[in-house]
Amino acid sequence: MSLPDRKTDIGPPHYEQFLHPVIKKNFGKWKYHEEINAGVMVHVAESGEKIYTVRAATPRLLATDTIREYCDIAEKHCDGYLRFTTRNNVEFFVDSESKVQPLLDDLKSKDYLVGGIGARISNVVHTQGWVHCHSAATDASGLVKVIMDEFHEYFSSKELANRCRIAVACCVNMCGAVHCSDIALVGVHKTPPRIMHEGVKNSCEIPSTIASCPTTAISPDPANKSVKIKLEKCMYCGNCYSVCPAMPIADTENDGIAIVVGGKVSNLRKPPMFSKLAVPWLPNNPPRWPEVVDVVKIILKEYEKGARKHERMGEWIARISWEKFFSVTGLEFKIQHIDDFTYARETFRTTAAFKWT
Amino acid sequence: MSKKYDTPLLDELKKGVFPSFVVEMEKAAARSDMAADLLGQVELSYKEKLTHWKHGGIVGVRGYGSGVIGRYSDIPDKFPGVAHFHTVRINAPSGFYYTSNALREIMDLWDKYGSGMTNMHGSTGDMILLGTRSENLEPLFAEVSSRGWDLGGSGSAVRTPSCCLGMSRCEWSNIDSQAITYDITQHYQDEMHRPAFPYKFKFKIAGCAVDCIASIARADMSVIGTWRDKIRVDQNEVKNYASKMDIKAEVVDLCPTGCITYTGGELTIDDSNCSRCMNCIARMTKALRPGVEKGATILLGSKAPIVTGALMSWVIVPFMKMEPPYDEFYELVDKIWEWWDENGKNRERIGELIERLTFPRFLKDVGIEPHPAMVKEPRRDPFFFWSEEDIKR
Repeated sequence: MSLPDRKTDIGPPHYEQFLHPVIKKNFGKWKYHEEINAGVMVHVAESGEKIYTVRAATPRLLATDTIREYCDIAEKHCDGYLRFTTRNNVEFFVDSESKVQPLLDDLKSKDYLVGGIGARISNVVHTQGWVHCHSAATDASGLVKVIMDEFHEYFSSKELANRCRIAVACCVNMCGAVHCSDIALVGVHKTPPRIMHEGVKNSCEIPSTIASCPTTAISPDPANKSVKIKLEKCMYCGNCYSVCPAMPIADTENDGIAIVVGGKVSNLRKPPMFSKLAVPWLPNNPPRWPEVVDVVKIILKEYEKGARKHERMGEWIARISWEKFFSVTGLEFKIQHIDDFTYARETFRTTAAFKWT
Repeated sequence: MSKKYDTPLLDELKKGVFPSFVVEMEKAAARSDMAADLLGQVELSYKEKLTHWKHGGIVGVRGYGSGVIGRYSDIPDKFPGVAHFHTVRINAPSGFYYTSNALREIMDLWDKYGSGMTNMHGSTGDMILLGTRSENLEPLFAEVSSRGWDLGGSGSAVRTPSCCLGMSRCEWSNIDSQAITYDITQHYQDEMHRPAFPYKFKFKIAGCAVDCIASIARADMSVIGTWRDKIRVDQNEVKNYASKMDIKAEVVDLCPTGCITYTGGELTIDDSNCSRCMNCIARMTKALRPGVEKGATILLGSKAPIVTGALMSWVIVPFMKMEPPYDEFYELVDKIWEWWDENGKNRERIGELIERLTFPRFLKDVGIEPHPAMVKEPRRDPFFFWSEEDIKR
């Protein structure tokens, strides 16, 4: 069978053809929206027309079968229209209230987890992990699964003080920029890369390998036509491994998970915030990472208990102070919590006013 | 097809309430040898706590230098189905809207040419078709492109621009983020598909400062919708809110600039002191709406921590009208790229380059006037440069 003629540089299809008629008709003319419950919201246009959105979680890694099932649901209830959110949820649209319950019933009968709207935990933004990445220090999909299995009620019903955005990165490359999340889990290394001299000689560009090191720990090793590493300068970022495959850094005994907290991306009330280190290392313990789940549980419980209405994790911590954060969570403050990298000096406390803990 | 491998560890991740990615792999594995071997290899990773993917090689479609990420198993003898397991990035429509017909068409092609596994969506915002062989790339591309789809960006190129859903279903959007994203994507097809930059360049377009697309955290250039006039207040709706919320505690007291007062049932905003953070509007969406003189704030420079630490985008243009044909915007982008191209080192993001050569130098070279909105505070040291014209000779 012959192939159709290929086209190049046509760009994506125009989005307008995929918009539900009510959405298309009221484009730019929405007046307000209301969150009806964890999984349903309604947007009301100036014309008075309404569009109901029903949101459900996906695992992001999807078989074509499941996407076809989403299509079946969209065809049955939504005239074939659907969308995905930036946090890997699927959204279905209906144009009248009477169509909401049948859609919800259908989703429920198929065991969909409906929710993620409002002051709750939405779906987790994450990277590829062992499913598809060469530099993964841990898996991402598995961590997402065990975290969301634990906290699914905060997706589908229970409310928090504000949104709690969780993210997982399988290494410090942090594809998807998890570094501004309320809670992020990051795969980390604890040991320097090994140098496979034969491989470096044959397959790596030595100047770019040296240049890739943020702490100038890598220098030439002319005798071996390779490189050497000043071990005490290496902070195990793995950037050299990205540039030179002959410097593997994976270490199954020592790789682990760091937890960072208190970041956000919105500008509401306070400017966007970076997440900061809460726990430098927990064991990489698949398939269900119990140590990681336990610590996230503690952090979330204290946030739930202590945060005032509308406070994000970072706003809550800023109000109570980091020293208090460590005392209420019982997490140990270690030497690794004190910054020794690029922005270190901005983090030192230059006041005698702090809290006793 | 019966199960090819035992997967006791992954089976543990079929338990629980949240939808399981393992179930997804099993669904595809029932039809595809590639997906079956993926399941086997991931199980081994769970057992050994070690990834089994090699660095990507250079693979792609004719005439493009991006859009496909090469991926190979490091144990192809054991798992021949994933000996090649390349990613194809399909440029998703702005706002991630689809019709079932469009999705079905792509899924049918993907079952024909690939593993049947996808990501909806990848972190940058592409539809990810996960896992195929090199020889399938050309036929797949012919099939998808002839149906109106194209590949996204990868490598040292413009990455697939992405946006919030904007005016399509959000009353807060101050700019048509989808139209802008579509236009940028079309405008820079060459820069997207043929990598020629020092490193990647990401555009993210958000309709308002809530920034649902996380542009300040992860876009080299963030375009954020805003307004220049006054928040529109509907006092009747304020009264309705008064019966169901504590306006003083949730709106007045949480305003970061203290520009809102609420007395005698009337809400007053001193717009000249408003920083447009969106908090009050998000709390009382029926009563408060953004102004009508709309445009965007342009920020530059964010990236994840590799190499010298994470950066957030910072303001370079406080206000720009974002209306077609976006000439002012493209002129700015082209000037920035020219500067980056001239000065940037290999694998140096624009934000890192500005840090290295300094923000004042960037402003001078690119021809942008300094403005207090660009900084949180002026410098605290006395070490500043002057130009020749500032000196009396």
